[in-house]
Amino acid sequence: MSKDGSSSFLTTRLDDFVNWGRKHALWPLPFGTSCCGIEMMATFASEYDIGRFGAEAMRFSPRQSDLLIVAGIVNTKMAPVLRNIYDQMAEPKWVMSMGACASSGGIFNVYSVTQGIDTIIPVDIYVPGCPPSPEGVLHALLRLQEKIQQGDTNFHRREREAKIGGGAQ
Amino acid sequence: MDIRTPVPTIYGDFAKKHMELWRGQGERLKSTFPSAIEEIRWPGESATDVPIFYVSKSQLVEVLRFLKEADGFEYQFLSDLTATDEEVEPRFEVVYQLASFVSGSRIRVKTRVREGERVPTATSVWVGANWPEREVWDMFGVRFEGHPDMRRILMDERWEGHPLRKDYPLRGYQLFPDPMPINVDLLKD
Repeated sequence: MSKDGSSSFLTTRLDDFVNWGRKHALWPLPFGTSCCGIEMMATFASEYDIGRFGAEAMRFSPRQSDLLIVAGIVNTKMAPVLRNIYDQMAEPKWVMSMGACASSGGIFNVYSVTQGIDTIIPVDIYVPGCPPSPEGVLHALLRLQEKIQQGDTNFHRREREAKIGGGAQ
Repeated sequence: MDIRTPVPTIYGDFAKKHMELWRGQGERLKSTFPSAIEEIRWPGESATDVPIFYVSKSQLVEVLRFLKEADGFEYQFLSDLTATDEEVEPRFEVVYQLASFVSGSRIRVKTRVREGERVPTATSVWVGANWPEREVWDMFGVRFEGHPDMRRILMDERWEGHPLRKDYPLRGYQLFPDPMPINVDLLKD
């Protein structure tokens, strides 16, 4: 901050500071629908301990969480539920698509399964694997933290939402 | 191996154990409902493990009630209720899998339905037929006459078509992302 009080320098630093706080206090909402949910639980448990990265405060209420972890298959009938939960989350919010089913439908290339949750909600980071190992989830979390530190993600999210065509107006 | 060779299941060789019982039951069923029994397929002669009774739609409920309650039959348990799309006329076969706790035997009852026709509901005989019949409606589009709650059970209420029909595309995705409340009008018969 310069002596005359102009705040340009301060603003960027403040953003950095806020992002730094956000990335180290991601409160995940576990949306575990199948076996990926088990690996997610393992990630949260003491062996891998996601709490080392500040994301151990699991919240089952969408209004109290930042990070939606979609772990597992999302059937067509589950799609409106997922969309509803996403819309209920307060900004800023991020979405992790965990596993092949959530990312692309996986092996379930049939009428009853959504072909990736990015057809319903915008996704910030994908974790490959069937199911992904806990290390994979931790890796994705660290990449997401980098993303958050860089600023982002609202602008990009709006872009993605426009592609999907739905979303919070 | 001939496809008609009876295959022993985990429950034992049904045909060896129950063939005499089934023959007697078939005779009695034919004499009780001469017009209702269209055809009987026996294990050993057709590709089946238990006898299949083809029953005409009009007397289906009477036959099912008779099979459940009459002495010597007592198939109290509706093990499964489903349908098949045969792609010929008549298009669908509704299948009732029955089991008896008295004799330990199982039989299969089928009724042939054309597209758009309705089958009398079996909920008056077995209350548990409610949800399987809803599933048959959902997956095959066969409606049941007199059913108390005839609406889709598995797919979204806004779904178009019936996914287990042979002409439904395998990847016929339909996506409903809006968290729209259930439309009551779509639930009406």
